[in-house]
Parts: sequence; C-alpha cells; structure tokens
Amino acid sequence: MKKRLLALLMAAAMVCSLTACGGTGAAAPADASGSEATAASSEGGSGSGSLTGTLKIGMIGPLTGAAALYGNAVNNGTQIAVDEINAISGDFKMEYQPEDDEHDAEKSVNAYNKLKDWKVQAIVGCVTTTPCVAVAAEGNNDRMFMLTPSASATSVTEQGDNIFQLCFSDPNQGSASAQYIKDNNLGSKIAIIYNNSDVYSTGIYQTFSTKASEVGLEVVSTTTFTDDTANDFSVQLTDAKDAGADLIFLPIYYTPASLILQQADSMGYKVPMFGVDGMDGILGLEGFDTKLAEGVMLLTPFSADAKDEKTVNFVKKYQDSFKEVPIQFAADGYDCPYAIYEALKYYADKNGGLDVTDKSNEEICNILISVFSDSNFSVDGITGEGMTWTANGEVNKAPKAVVIKDGVYVGL
Amino acid sequence: MLSYLINGISLGSVYAIIALGYTMVYGIAKMLNFAHGDVIMIGGYMAFCSTSYLGWPVIPSVLFSIIVCTMLGIVIERLAYKPLRDASSLAVLITAIGVSYFLQNAALLIWSSNPKAFPNMVDLPNLVIGDIQISSVAIVTIIACIVIMTGLTLFTTRTRLGKAMRAVSEDKGAAQLMGINVNATISMTFAIGSGLAAIAGVLLCSAYPTLMPTTGAMPGIKAFTAAVFGGIGSIPGAMLGGILLGIIEIFAKAYISTQLSDAVVFAVLIIVLIVKPTGLLGKKMAEKV
Repeated sequence: MKKRLLALLMAAAMVCSLTACGGTGAAAPADASGSEATAASSEGGSGSGSLTGTLKIGMIGPLTGAAALYGNAVNNGTQIAVDEINAISGDFKMEYQPEDDEHDAEKSVNAYNKLKDWKVQAIVGCVTTTPCVAVAAEGNNDRMFMLTPSASATSVTEQGDNIFQLCFSDPNQGSASAQYIKDNNLGSKIAIIYNNSDVYSTGIYQTFSTKASEVGLEVVSTTTFTDDTANDFSVQLTDAKDAGADLIFLPIYYTPASLILQQADSMGYKVPMFGVDGMDGILGLEGFDTKLAEGVMLLTPFSADAKDEKTVNFVKKYQDSFKEVPIQFAADGYDCPYAIYEALKYYADKNGGLDVTDKSNEEICNILISVFSDSNFSVDGITGEGMTWTANGEVNKAPKAVVIKDGVYVGL
Repeated sequence: MLSYLINGISLGSVYAIIALGYTMVYGIAKMLNFAHGDVIMIGGYMAFCSTSYLGWPVIPSVLFSIIVCTMLGIVIERLAYKPLRDASSLAVLITAIGVSYFLQNAALLIWSSNPKAFPNMVDLPNLVIGDIQISSVAIVTIIACIVIMTGLTLFTTRTRLGKAMRAVSEDKGAAQLMGINVNATISMTFAIGSGLAAIAGVLLCSAYPTLMPTTGAMPGIKAFTAAVFGGIGSIPGAMLGGILLGIIEIFAKAYISTQLSDAVVFAVLIIVLIVKPTGLLGKKMAEKV
C-alpha cells in the first residue's frame, strides 16, 4: 500500500514536471497558430462586377508535425490573401478552411474528405509532395480543382488534369539551380549531398546533375543519406572536403540541412552551400543558431526584402500578424487564392459573368482548368511576374536566389 | 583515414553510452527495455526545456534531466514491468514496446513534432591536432563513457547493492532466499539505467542537435545492436560494441557506399553472432530452457 502510494506520488510529480515544461513550450514564440490576419487592405475596391457569389476554398497542409513550418506558413499566407480579396472583390467572397495533414498521405486524404463534407469548391494544397500525390488522385476522381503552393514533384501533376503547381517542379528546380550556379559563377567544383530515400531530393539531384554536366559544372563528390541515417554527416562532408569542392549543393529539407551546417562548422569546414526550396524555413527552426546559416544560398522565387509594392505590403502584413518574416511557402500560399480569383475573374469577363455560389466542385474545376491551361492567362504574384501554366499543370516563371545574411534572406 | 576513424569513434561513443543503459538493465533484470531510447528522448527534452525555456545553466539542467529520467524509470518499472515479474519474457518485451510508443506519443502531445534545435551543452573549443579537428562533444562523450563504464563495473563488483544486483541476475529465487529484496534491486537497476539515459540524451542531442519525439528511436535500435554486438549484459562489451559499430558504420559509408552503410552494419552483426552467438565479450552460458 505504502509503495503504491509512493508510485502514485512519483507519477504525479512526473506529470507535473512534464506539464510545467509543456506549458512554457506552448508559450514560446515559434508557435504560429494565431491565423487571424487583419483585413485592412490598402488597395482600392475595384473588383469585377460580373464575378459574384461565395467560393469555398480549402487548404490541406501539415499544421503540426515535422513539416509544420511549411504548412503554417502557407496557411498564414493564404489567410492574408483571402482577407485581402474579400476586402476588394465586391460581391465575390471567399470562405476559407484549413485542414491539418501532418505531412502524412493517409491523414491528408482524411483532411480532404473533411473538406468535401464542408462542400469545398477548390483546394489550395497539398503543401507537401507525398500527401499531395494521394489527394490529387482522389481529387481527380471527384473533379476537384487543386492548386498546390509547394508540392513540387512531377508525380503531383501526373495525377490528373485537375492539379496545378504554383511552385517550380522538381526537375525545374534542379536544372534552374545548376544554371543559376553557372551563370553567377558561384562555384565550379560541386559536391552534392542528397537524401536517396526521398523522391523530392532524388528528383532534384537527377536533373541537377544532368544540367550540371551540360553547362560544364564539375560534380566532384556525390554522397547520400536516408531518413534513418540522417544523423551523422561527417563522412559526406569529409568526402566533399577531400574532393576540393568549392560549393555544396543540398537538395534536401531544412532539418537534415541544419545538422549538416552544424557539423561542417564543428569540423571547421567552411564552404558555400546552395539549397532549394526545402532549405527554406531553416531560420525558423526553434533554437537554431542562425549564425551557422550565414552565407547559405537558396533558390527561391521569393525574397522578403524585395522592394516592389506587393512584396513590401505582404511582408508588412505578415510581420504584423505573425511576428516573423514570411518564408517562400508563405508567399506561395499568398499567391494561390489570387491565382484562383484572377482565373475566375478572367472567365467571368469572357463569359459575361459568373456566380460561383452553389456551383458544384466539378463545374468550378472545369472552369479553372480551362482558364489555367489558357496561355493568354497570366498572374502577377509575389513569387513571380507573369506566371503562366502549361496544360499539364507546371508553372513558368523566372528563378531567383537569395543568400542568408545576418539571419535574414537577402536577394542575390 | 584518420579523420574517418575519429568520426567513427565519436559516433560510436554515442552508441556506447546508450548501449550501457541497455546492457545494464538486461544484465540484471534479464529484460530488453525497448523504451530506453525513448527515455533518452525525454532526457533530451528535459534538458532542452530547462535551458531554453527556463534559462538554467548547463549543470543544473543536466541534473534536472537525470532526476526526471530516474523517476520516470522507476515509475515505468512499477507501473508497466513489475506486474509482469512472473510473466513470460515475451509479454514483458511487448509491454516495453508499448511503453516506447506511449512515451513517443506523450512527447508528441506535449512538445508537438516540430523539430527543436538543441542548444550545445558542451560549449568547449574543439581539439585541433594538425589539420584534424575533434569536436569537444565527442571528447566529452568518450570521457563520460569511460567514467560511466568504470563506475558501473566498480559499483557492481564492489558495493553491497551492486553485489545484490549480480546475485539477482544469477538467480532471483536464490537471491531472495538469501535476504535480498529482489524488487527493490530491480527498481534500482531501472533507476540507474534511466539516469544514464538522461546523460546519453544530453550527449546525443549535443552531437546531433535536432530534437523530435522520434529522436531516441533509431539511435536506440543501433545502440541495442551495439549491446548485442559486444555481448549483451556485459558492461565493457557495450562500450566496445558501441565504438566498433560507430567505426564500422563510418567506414562503410566512406569506403563502400553511403547508401549501403546500414546494410553493412547489420551484416557484420549477423556474422559476429553466427561465429560467436553471445557477442564479443559475452560470457558463455548454458541457457536453461
């Protein structure tokens, strides 16, 4: 009896210490869940008169889990855009509903079904590739229009004609990176470290190495890791060092990348690193020493320090609402509702008006597919001017790169 | 070549320190505590919370983490393993896996699965010899390993409590007849094993500073392999097994293929176990079936 009491007491003490810690954890600033953006738009109310009704758009992405940074950034950006559109679009309104998929394909399909019960008419998402492939296949059966802000694999657009990308596809990222490194003379002896258990990473690696040999970049070291061995990178880094690489290309996500930076630093190995959109978010990693990322370059269509009016306006709103500098995913998320809005306006203009209320998702899907595949339709967003789409769903826009200086992105 | 060796030893020392906890519990209680890796993860989070959120200095937060993990070890033992003292070892094994999942999911609820960058607890300059750098974390880990290994060996051979532990591991029934409190001894073993897990957690996360609820899982499995490799139940064996495993893994990556390193590690394990079924330093024993 006495012992049982003791055990209970200890259990209680344990629980207390856990919750005490959890409490402070929740209060930490990195928690970006307050997604109420203030809808104070500075733009005039110039909405098209002929587009009316209420469109229900849903968003699917990892709001919790290992990729939560991406999902939350997209959600925040999308929310700001929806609020802005609702403020300027006259009789047209958007209703917005985000759903969490934890970067898991099965949960993503559940999230999609939940949105369907809500009678969603178009979807921004999914944010990450693997869930997006699963949901796009479902969406194709249901004739649901999907515009993914950031799922960049070609396997996403291969799922059907209903899915379009706002971001570069992986092959484009790989070859654009190689081209960019060559054009800007960032390095000539390249080392590559990629995750060979990951479609995203492998896809970019393949197109990068093809393009690199085309443009005359020498790849001196190619090493891999898997999700299970993403701990120790000393061998990969030593290999790159011994091969005399003057630039390391990292087509991987930011979590392993943060370990690579830390281990290169503790080895005393200083070399420029070049990442792609998966690297975005490294500065938001809780507790990460941003000094380690100093000088890291990444290919991204968005840099928060750009001086054009749209970007400045977006960055200011984002910082006011979420107390952090938006990453590329936030900008991708911001452009998605605008692209859908512009497409519906384009259709309404050509066809003498459109009332979206009570239109089935199939009707909306057909309308949006016809507009997005139309080569005359283009969108000016903060992730690119004059974005156009091919019929198979890939976007055309110019790549840009940024470098991390003093803990923020600066345009190259 | 030399730098690979050093990298291998530093990776191996992390495995070794985790393996010490595994082997300690197995040696005494004759059960595989698969939740060990997750106690390590909890230890990491405790140290993370106390430094990052409460702003404590390194030593108190490590002590805090050790205390919490020790208590956690005792509680787990009382609630999950003690009721199964007379059950088959398979039942205990399954329970251990259950505890492992429980801890992972509890951590998921409390801290969410957003990875956290662990602050470097070993803030010392790296050792530089010629053009080779040895990170201070690796040195501290190796020293900690040696100290813990010696301490444990002395403890189990020289102290009354340690002797009681060995008696329990030889024959529970006889030990009880000789007046040893078997339950208290086993609880003590778990307390020590989990306290070691906290230290391992801090060192693991200092070496590889991303902290997630699954942080302990893969190193736990590797360390278990290391413990088997060195001869499970043997304290010096765990150390040897851990270091060798680290070296083999790094050399396999460097000279064979980064893609095949895990396959090579486990192939070596299989070969060792075929040649010497009790592991490198395991004692031969006639198992009563």
